[in-house]
Amino acid sequence: MANTTSTPAGADDNLMARALREAFYAALVALGLFVLFVGLKTDQNILNELILVQRWGLLAIFVAIAAVGRFLAVAYIRPFFARQKVTNAITGLLPDSVATRFFRTPMVIAAAVVAIVLMFAGETIAAAVPVSLAPWVTMIRAMSIIYVLAFGFFYFRAYIAAHFNMLAIIALIIYPPVMVYFFGFQGSLKWVDNFGIQILIYVMLAWGLNIVVGLAGLLDLGYVAFYAVGAYSYALLSSYLGLSFWVLLPLAGILAALWGIVLGFPVLRLKGDYLAIVTLAFGEIIRLVLINWTEVTKGTFGISGIAKASVFGIWSFDVSAPNNFAKVFELPMSSAYYKIFLFYLALALCMLTAYVTVRLRRMPIGRAWEALREDEIACRSLGINTVTTKLTAFATGAMFGGFAGSFFAVRQGFVSPESFVFLESAIILAIVVLGGMGSLVGIAIAATVMIGGTELLREMTILKQVFGPDFTPELYRMLIFGLAMIVVMVWKPRGFVGSREPTAFLRESKSVSGSFTKEGHG
Amino acid sequence: MEYFVQQVVNGLTLGSIYGLIAIGYTMVYGIIGMVNFAHGDIFMLGGFAALIVYLLLVSLFGGVPIALALLIMILVAMVMTGLWNWVIEKMAYRPLRGSFRLAPLITAIGMSIALSNFIQVTQGPRNKPIPSMVSSVYEVFGISISLKQIIIVVVTAVLLTIFWYIVNHTPLGRAQRATEQDRKMAALLGIDVDKTISITFVMGAALAAVAGTMYLMYYGVIVFTDGFTPGVKAFTAAVLGGIGSLPGAVLGGLMIGLIESLYSAYFTIDYKDVATFSILAIVLIFKPSGILGRPEVEKV
Repeated sequence: MANTTSTPAGADDNLMARALREAFYAALVALGLFVLFVGLKTDQNILNELILVQRWGLLAIFVAIAAVGRFLAVAYIRPFFARQKVTNAITGLLPDSVATRFFRTPMVIAAAVVAIVLMFAGETIAAAVPVSLAPWVTMIRAMSIIYVLAFGFFYFRAYIAAHFNMLAIIALIIYPPVMVYFFGFQGSLKWVDNFGIQILIYVMLAWGLNIVVGLAGLLDLGYVAFYAVGAYSYALLSSYLGLSFWVLLPLAGILAALWGIVLGFPVLRLKGDYLAIVTLAFGEIIRLVLINWTEVTKGTFGISGIAKASVFGIWSFDVSAPNNFAKVFELPMSSAYYKIFLFYLALALCMLTAYVTVRLRRMPIGRAWEALREDEIACRSLGINTVTTKLTAFATGAMFGGFAGSFFAVRQGFVSPESFVFLESAIILAIVVLGGMGSLVGIAIAATVMIGGTELLREMTILKQVFGPDFTPELYRMLIFGLAMIVVMVWKPRGFVGSREPTAFLRESKSVSGSFTKEGHG
Repeated sequence: MEYFVQQVVNGLTLGSIYGLIAIGYTMVYGIIGMVNFAHGDIFMLGGFAALIVYLLLVSLFGGVPIALALLIMILVAMVMTGLWNWVIEKMAYRPLRGSFRLAPLITAIGMSIALSNFIQVTQGPRNKPIPSMVSSVYEVFGISISLKQIIIVVVTAVLLTIFWYIVNHTPLGRAQRATEQDRKMAALLGIDVDKTISITFVMGAALAAVAGTMYLMYYGVIVFTDGFTPGVKAFTAAVLGGIGSLPGAVLGGLMIGLIESLYSAYFTIDYKDVATFSILAIVLIFKPSGILGRPEVEKV
């Protein structure tokens, strides 16, 4: 590292030559990768025959991006980070040194002024400027607000870190009213439903899977099966037997837990990737049965018109019911009340999952799970019954999947096998691993970033301005999701909050904990 | 009886394709111990490369002799997917090699999602049908065998022979086997481990590309989601045969192909995948390390 601080003139030339050379190679590789798939497009003509459409311009852009990106990375970005490391080490500021430079007082004040001006006068300014510039005004407003908020987080970082859980719960509780205040009842639907409830469902699922993968160390690639069991048990039992949500929620959890045990039994002897493929196979079997058992599940058409949940039977959200929530309180009719109710319900279920997980970790069974994850042989030598340990892990994880599933069914009012494909299992597993296995907070952050981030892409009308009206950001959602999984994993292999410290210590935590030693094949 | 033999022939054809893909899984697993989830999508990419090359040949030269066209398609698809897998390994898997076991699995799943969506974005979400390339059918003892099936089985057999020779009788194969047994020791003995692993990925991708070309020729249609199901089946085949074992991968592939075609012939076609996965589970319950896999000896 010493030679990066004093760069002689020769090293600079060398660096440039190397950067140019590497940029050339990158361009060559990019040309090879994309020449067929980007340069040519297969398309149907009027006769329904496949023809090729040439897109050499687009290919040139791809190649140029690869070359320029590589050049910048080698010539500027890498040396910058090397220097930054040295500066951090010398000044002792470490990661804060960038942040303190980023949040200078005059800039914060300027941004705050811009944010306040645009908050109040943004609509008039957007109306005054030409139409093509209007989205830029909204973007500047969003950027300045984000900057000011980020400064707030940075300024109070010590307090936030100390009281993170409490602050997060308070923020979640006041989230729907705040959204209603800003966007009105109809406008808040999107924020409460698409962002709030959807993220909470994934948090619930990821926390459930975390028990199996993060705590017990059993790689489960078919978790979506239990989600499906929960969703279908609510959908079927409510439409055939007319049972209410509050009866079926625990029932769905119990059924899913039973399936967890049923599927757990055969795989007790399997380890690692064998376990992974068998769980994946179970997930697929459940989905195929749902598709093909048309007499009961209506196959790919799915079950629609699933009954809504009520507030413990006191107030209903059915429009025709006499005890309709809006009628009782003499409010204007809106579907937003139901969504807000569902949001709090999801929040409560999440809190239940978190509470149970945190408590279980301190019980003998939780300790046994963590022991099992670290070393199965040692675990067995110490007299822990690995059969019951594994089965309880499967059952508990599946139970929360079942809760999430029945909640999903009640929220959608419609279930079909389409919602329970392997991709869902992969997304949930990715959230667990990206969040840092075992860490509840990290998993919640990962769910927010990954699900919220991809949802946010739908909102990017600004991109339409840049790339033309034909550009549909939704199309790129999963592409970006996949790439983000790779980037985050390479950048932070241990996840956002990646510590795997044991919960139990003998006297005190030693400085050489699990996070300092290299992991074996755990 | 003829019906049965007919189904066996169909099953062996399908099984050859699965076997070709399964080798990529099993080799990568053997050498670095990771499940390359993106391998199914590499197979799909190979199919698309073959499709585009075919259309290119047709539009440039009009009619090309089928044998020559197939050869060019296979070669270009092998090179293209080899390059893709080489880049993927370098960017997504190599930085995580010393990390914990789940990390490369997650990047592989991410890569799988990214690859299929990349093809969806660049090539469109529709089915891509091509006119039948090879249509002759021969009648042997009352069993109809199409030329397609013969090509698939012959190409698979030839490739497997070449492959077997490379792994068992060349310096490259020796390096691969050494890296598989003990990566650190192999490096100490002067084997370029990084290069060996890269070549393994390229070889796996090349075989998947051949499978993709064969799939395109056999079914005459390909779509961007086609990577998933054959990928999972091939992974199942690799595990069934004992992951890490090359003959096991081929055996597993053939078994899965046979199960599928026989089950759909004698029972219902709807549940053929359920049958495949159930047999996988049953085999693994009684033999947890696959049919030809060596049981892992755990050192304490």
